[in-house]
Amino acid sequence: MIPTEFDYRRAATLDEAISLLSETDGKLLAGGHSLIPLMKLRLSEPGTLIDIARLPELKGIAQSDGMIEIGAGTTHHEVETSQLIREQAPVLAECAAEIGDPQVRHRGTLGGSLAHSDPAADYPAVMVALDAEFHIKGSGGWRAARASEFFQDMFTVDLAPDEVIVKVRIAPVKYAAYAKLHQRASHYAIVGVCAALDLDGGVCRSARLGLTGAGSHAVRMPEAEASLAGKSLTADVIDVAARTASDNASDLSSDLHASEDYRRAMVGVFTRRAIEKAASR
Amino acid sequence: MSEPVAISINVNGKSEAATVEPRRLLVHFLREELGLTGTHVGCDTTQCGACTVIMDGQTVKSCTIFAAQADGSEITTIEGVGSDGNLHPMQEGFWEEHGLQCGYCTPGMIMAGIGLLKENPHPSEQEIREGIAGNLCRCTGYQHIVKAIQYAAEKG
Repeated sequence: MIPTEFDYRRAATLDEAISLLSETDGKLLAGGHSLIPLMKLRLSEPGTLIDIARLPELKGIAQSDGMIEIGAGTTHHEVETSQLIREQAPVLAECAAEIGDPQVRHRGTLGGSLAHSDPAADYPAVMVALDAEFHIKGSGGWRAARASEFFQDMFTVDLAPDEVIVKVRIAPVKYAAYAKLHQRASHYAIVGVCAALDLDGGVCRSARLGLTGAGSHAVRMPEAEASLAGKSLTADVIDVAARTASDNASDLSSDLHASEDYRRAMVGVFTRRAIEKAASR
Repeated sequence: MSEPVAISINVNGKSEAATVEPRRLLVHFLREELGLTGTHVGCDTTQCGACTVIMDGQTVKSCTIFAAQADGSEITTIEGVGSDGNLHPMQEGFWEEHGLQCGYCTPGMIMAGIGLLKENPHPSEQEIREGIAGNLCRCTGYQHIVKAIQYAAEKG
């Protein structure tokens, strides 16, 4: 399968990439592991590809003011194996390790996955549950977007045509876990749930639950979150949260991998597993 | 007509300069322009791993990389890992443990195995299975493929 013709430009700096985005009908190319398959199927036919894979501004994982900052050009493999992320936000390293396969993780990038917003991508569930902040630069300068507002619809995010996700900022988190039902061949999430808990002793002060794979885009599950707030995480409480998540799931997809009813049932199952795993850390 | 891109890639220790169409996939560049047909095209959809090569030290699927993206990189294909009479331990493992049936997935499996042992020289059986998760064998000969990789790991 051969993509349609396009012009290839390699940006030397972030600002050059932004200028090229403004001047052309270009698409950004980092790892290309979402974009190139779409181009080969001719579902995407950009006139210009702007290669940002080597931009130093998009690289690096560091701690700053207590927060963890991850360059958007960081590959899944780099996220998976980062000592800092493994220690400070192990859920994110575990999520990265669940993506695709080793070869895919060597190429695919965090920012690329977020900007693409595949309904079955793994990172978005974790990003909304961790309340991540995306730092974005465009012709108009810098701005920040919250993960829960960034994912808008299937393959649709709050990102203007001339904007680039530069880095992702999250707070360190211990009691968080990602649980996923994966499609056997592609490893994409049929249902994926990330639970991030604020625990005080055995009591859950508050919880954030992110859901991916089930519908058109990643969402929080506010009703199930509320059911956990202020409670001791007994089996009954987790049971109620799982049932609440399942009952309130809306916009559920139905496709050859799973019917709407099956997805609804799995939202409950994987919400339970994510909460149990997060609480057991 | 899009503008051709000048690239220079080190393939199996040899510097290869060429001018390619931007949409030229790395696997086609390797097979058709360099004649290195050991790298196979299986699914052409980033799933089967028959096109696996090592790029700058990491396994990648060359059907999902444009040759232009590989400009300046170092690539090892199956042709670069051993020779007749001087097999790489991974190739020897596939020979000794009968790690292939039809052989179509074999070059990709060998590259995936080499990539795995580079990161994890002594993997458990489970880690080997996860390490080749990006490679499909349609003959389903996985038991012997796992044994072949274990053989190479033991041989170091």
